[in-house]
Amino acid sequence: MKIAFTINGRAQSVEIEDGNTPLLWVIRDQLNLKGTKFGCGKAACGACTILVDGEAVRCCSYAAKLAEGKQITTIEGLGTRAQPHPVQQAWIEEVVPQCGYCQPGFIMATAALLEKNPAPTDEDIDNNIVNVCRCGTYYRMRKAIHRAAALQAQQVAVNPKNQ
Amino acid sequence: MAQDKPRKKVSRRKFLVRAGLGTVGVMAIGTYVFRNPIRREVLEMAETLVPPYSGSGTSANLWFEVLEDNRVRLHSPKVEMGQGAFTGLAQIAADELDVAPGQIEVVAAATDSGVVDAMSTGGSLSIASLWQPLREMAATMREMLKNEAAKQLGADAGSLSTREGIVFSGEGSLTYAEIAAAATEWELPEVPELRAAAQYQYVGKPVQRVDLAPKVFGSPIFGLDAELPGMLHASIIRPEAVGAQLKSLDSKAAADMPGVVKIVELENAVGVVAESYPQALAACRKVKVEWDVPKRWAEEDIRSLLQVGKGDKMVTQKAGKAVSEEDGAVVSLSFTSPIGAHAQLEPNGALAHVEEGKATVVLSTQVVGITRNQVAEALGMKPEQVNVVPTYLGGGFGRRLNTAHAIEAALLSRAVGKPVKYMFTRQEEFQHDTFRPPTHHIVKARLGEDGLLDALEHHYASGDVAIGSLIMPSALHQVLGTDIGAMRGGNIMYDNIPNRRAVQWHTSLPFATSWWRSLGLLANTFAIESMVDEMAMRSGQHPADFRLAHISEEGAGARIKAVIREAVEKAGYSDEVQNGRAMGLAASIDTNSPCAHVVEVSVEAGEIKVHKVTCVLDCGLAVNPDQVRAQCEGSILMGMSAAMHEKMTLHKGELQPTIYGPYQMALMRHAPKEINVYLLQGAEVPLPVGEPPLGPIAAAIGNAVRRLTGQRLTDLPLRMG
Ligand code: FES
Ligand code: FES
Repeated sequence: MKIAFTINGRAQSVEIEDGNTPLLWVIRDQLNLKGTKFGCGKAACGACTILVDGEAVRCCSYAAKLAEGKQITTIEGLGTRAQPHPVQQAWIEEVVPQCGYCQPGFIMATAALLEKNPAPTDEDIDNNIVNVCRCGTYYRMRKAIHRAAALQAQQVAVNPKNQ
Repeated sequence: MAQDKPRKKVSRRKFLVRAGLGTVGVMAIGTYVFRNPIRREVLEMAETLVPPYSGSGTSANLWFEVLEDNRVRLHSPKVEMGQGAFTGLAQIAADELDVAPGQIEVVAAATDSGVVDAMSTGGSLSIASLWQPLREMAATMREMLKNEAAKQLGADAGSLSTREGIVFSGEGSLTYAEIAAAATEWELPEVPELRAAAQYQYVGKPVQRVDLAPKVFGSPIFGLDAELPGMLHASIIRPEAVGAQLKSLDSKAAADMPGVVKIVELENAVGVVAESYPQALAACRKVKVEWDVPKRWAEEDIRSLLQVGKGDKMVTQKAGKAVSEEDGAVVSLSFTSPIGAHAQLEPNGALAHVEEGKATVVLSTQVVGITRNQVAEALGMKPEQVNVVPTYLGGGFGRRLNTAHAIEAALLSRAVGKPVKYMFTRQEEFQHDTFRPPTHHIVKARLGEDGLLDALEHHYASGDVAIGSLIMPSALHQVLGTDIGAMRGGNIMYDNIPNRRAVQWHTSLPFATSWWRSLGLLANTFAIESMVDEMAMRSGQHPADFRLAHISEEGAGARIKAVIREAVEKAGYSDEVQNGRAMGLAASIDTNSPCAHVVEVSVEAGEIKVHKVTCVLDCGLAVNPDQVRAQCEGSILMGMSAAMHEKMTLHKGELQPTIYGPYQMALMRHAPKEINVYLLQGAEVPLPVGEPPLGPIAAAIGNAVRRLTGQRLTDLPLRMG
């Protein structure tokens, strides 16, 4: 079957044999976007988190056919080195990553959180950011999430259209 | 101060100049050789010393390339698995090469070109062991460039200076790239005098990680991201239970599944190769395999095997007399720790391409050279015919000190004649890990009339850590009679206690156990430091004063005392329970880096919560203080996770659980809101960082819980009774 969606701002259509194939493999192996990670394949770690219509989705457990007509953002489409997303900027400033493997998933989950809740409290963070980081970068991540919220607020203040 | 280690000789063998691929000059200098140790030396090394970087033993010898854009590429003998090694190595090289760290690109050396460590990346040694050789290489290269520039400029080499990749003379200047491009022959100088600490521009500074951007913008840098044209995908079916043997295989139904290319019987496993990974997984479910399971192991079986008093006994420390009730009342406590999984986020796997007379394997591994040798042997090739290309690792923690699955990927590739990428499923990771072995400890203590410890004994039982592993020759264990991995942290650091014993009981378990970040340190320190704190309470003394009284100024004693003093001071340690919170202190010394933690803990609805950790580490010279802090934070979180949440069990022969979630781990909500790291510098050279801070965390939490609730918790993971 053919499915069509928008990914990182580009219209895309892909041919898949089985509509129930996890979207993760379409993204990683068919579209060759390797920033979205395979950690468990069971929606248990968050390494594969992407945005589907602005919602954080663990795409290892999301049937590709459901992507039809959706707006998808992966880490590659969130920001660029020249124009990082506030979450990426904050991640750099706090020097969060260690091995880095979990980081795209956390960054995407955080981007989704800040969309809904531009100034999350520690409790909001605890309840919403539930991915797994084996290197234990949680302490810096929490700081980075607060910093990202502040950066985003600044951007909105400078350019209200960004809202 | 750390004692000065004997200077190793660098033998300068070869120097190549190569063009192409944007490379204008190739520097290849020297190899370090691991000394053949004798027992006494090795025991000491296991305790305190940083083993020297052990070199590769291959003809490939590439360290540096000068690139056309005047950047320098460093081929690192150690891999980057999150520990920040690439950043630290770039800083170290930059200071001797006279380039900015940003001008250095670090890649992990592949076996066909660069120097790979013959042992491993591990033991917290990446920076510590390369500190001397890398500076010597870099300084030598700088001198070579200068000497060559002198010729090209017609100037006296002594009159030249170097800065940010440029050689300056009174007349003019040349970039390193220009010098290398014009050079036809190079002179190899003696290793020059190395810079003194006061001259470091980058070492000791919080330089930004070199791998930050790829990790924040999602670049394809990990083993599982690798691809080759025409690549197929594979999954492997492994024994369903511990000790199971493949009895029969029926792959007919699976072979007809869409995309399936081949089903291959491997050694006690079945590989399924398909066009896509989901197809390989789907086909695996259709393969009918029967297993012989001689015994369905249960948790109780393991516990009864693994006990103090059973297995091979070895006294690893002995001073004074064995403790006996005749000399006064002995307090005895028993501690346990469970089987632990590595649970690194990137599953294992390997991309292999076997062709006529050569093979390439791309993977996340801590043992690059060993993996090459293993693959070569399995394929009947010479090691030189196999190129192992290490990538960034999505976590190591000791799990990738055994990457024999590269062999399976290679065999599958050979069977289908195409590149094959094999990836573990998460269930496979959890059930076929090389686990942290469970442990059992009995600690005995007696207070003398002065209220100080007159005797302390640590008896500890463990499964394999170093024994049976690839990176420690088994002869070493015969010489030592002990598992030096299980021994980490097993000896008692309180040298003022007149009667001390540490006794190891070793048992090999029916499933694979091996290296797990910090090895025996976490459980051993939990047992010893829980007991020491208990005795301080029973003696009515301040836990820091009590500890300090038992440590002399000898050896590392002064440095251990310094971290304890600093930790209680910075934390504002108090014995009192305040606002429902209590503090706990613990300390340890691992690979010559002493560390002390003070934690602040509450217990709410039966759940232990850690609010704040004050960590003091003396790791000598901190090459990158920010990344040393990051390693402390990470060690604290990983240690907390193991101490408070994690546990594998054997159930009807299967290791369980098989997925995150049921395998409970520390998450964001468990992370302390405050972690303050303080670094002391008790040595001029960098000492290990990545594991020592794991040591005291479990005991510190247990000690705080004891002071808060009166309960002495003796089993990991810590749970309120
Ligand atoms: S890979 Fe999707 S949640 Fe783990
Ligand atoms: S940075 Fe390694 S798992 Fe999070």
